[in-house]
Amino acid sequence: MAETTEFELVSPEKLLISQPAEMVVVPGTEGDFGALPRHSPMITGVRPGVIDIYENGKVEKRIFVAGGFAEVNETRITVLAEEAIPLAELTGEFVIARIRAAEADVAAATTDHAKREAARRLAVAQAMHTAID
Amino acid sequence: MPSLKDLRLRINSVKSTRKITSAMKMVAASKLRRAQTAAEQGRPYAARMERMLSALAAGMAGQSGAPRLMVGTGKDQTHLLIAVTGDRGLCGGFNSSIARATRQTAQALIAEGKTVKILTVGRKGRDALRRDFGSLIADGWEGIGKKGVTFAETDQIADKVLAMFEEGAFDVCTVIYNRFQSVISQVVTRQTLIPLSVPAAEEQKDASGAIYEFEPSEEAILADLLPRNLSVQLFRALLESNASEQGARMTAMDNATRNAGDMLNKLTVKYNRSRQAQITKELIEIISGAEAL
Repeated sequence: MAETTEFELVSPEKLLISQPAEMVVVPGTEGDFGALPRHSPMITGVRPGVIDIYENGKVEKRIFVAGGFAEVNETRITVLAEEAIPLAELTGEFVIARIRAAEADVAAATTDHAKREAARRLAVAQAMHTAID
Repeated sequence: MPSLKDLRLRINSVKSTRKITSAMKMVAASKLRRAQTAAEQGRPYAARMERMLSALAAGMAGQSGAPRLMVGTGKDQTHLLIAVTGDRGLCGGFNSSIARATRQTAQALIAEGKTVKILTVGRKGRDALRRDFGSLIADGWEGIGKKGVTFAETDQIADKVLAMFEEGAFDVCTVIYNRFQSVISQVVTRQTLIPLSVPAAEEQKDASGAIYEFEPSEEAILADLLPRNLSVQLFRALLESNASEQGARMTAMDNATRNAGDMLNKLTVKYNRSRQAQITKELIEIISGAEAL
């Protein structure tokens, strides 16, 4: 068994995953990065995308996250996600419904703030679509 | 002296009240359990976010150009109070203590010559504050947490707060809510959300030796993280408040059920006594009638 690091995925509602992993690939705002054990301490933003958890040399879990933050240090990787769904549970219809709803919101938004918010939701939904393709 | 029929009606009505209150108590107890688990599950996120924030804040300390959400606008002229109450009554002092605390805070601030704005979460809070501060209430929400508090619901409140802050509508934001201590005690808590108070002492031991790298940059991450943190803090306040409400209702309904039981006992004694008295009276009448013949 190779060296592992403690991986935690937390949403505001609860602690979703807490498990050892060999490597975790996180979609950072500046590009995807793989975090191995004894990674140098780092805090980064996470864009909407898929987190891959590696165990025994292969991908063990794939989870879609709707953006958030990641904290990496020598012994653990913590991802704070706004929303997290295992990739296997994402269905085409669900994603398309999300895109439709987000597009409607973008069209209906009147204030600057609402527009930004709706655009963000649309980006999340589109990232979901890319993820399942 | 109430007649026997009156007493009987009274007993029946107290009985049905007792049934209702004990049912409400049971409902509150099961909701409380759910609310408590939700509050506990929300803790890891808040704790980790706090850890990240303190690491960031440590790096930013002493630098100029820190985001306004963290350091504030540098003034404290306009205060925004967020009063978190429930939508429904029958939960003891839960709603009224929040209303009272908000009223006191607002009056103290006004007396100092500051401007006060109020946001209310929950119907009861709005109703209680509308009479005195109707013109100060900027917005209000109802029906939050009906099926358990969700993060999405909280986000709309946080969005509104952020939008107001960006417009420069207030300088300091305080949330007033009931913190869940135990089923019988809820503590009215005032928490300042903007400017943010970072637990400085804690990060010292946690960040021992670990100097974080930031991607893209500290400022950019902070700019993202701070609004999230606001939502998370609000979310936590709502979860606590929800658990408190159920706890308060459970205690209140438990008391009500017990009081109804006591009353029922007294009424039953009274009913039996007057029934007995009436029988005795009738007997005396019959006997004295027979003797007179």
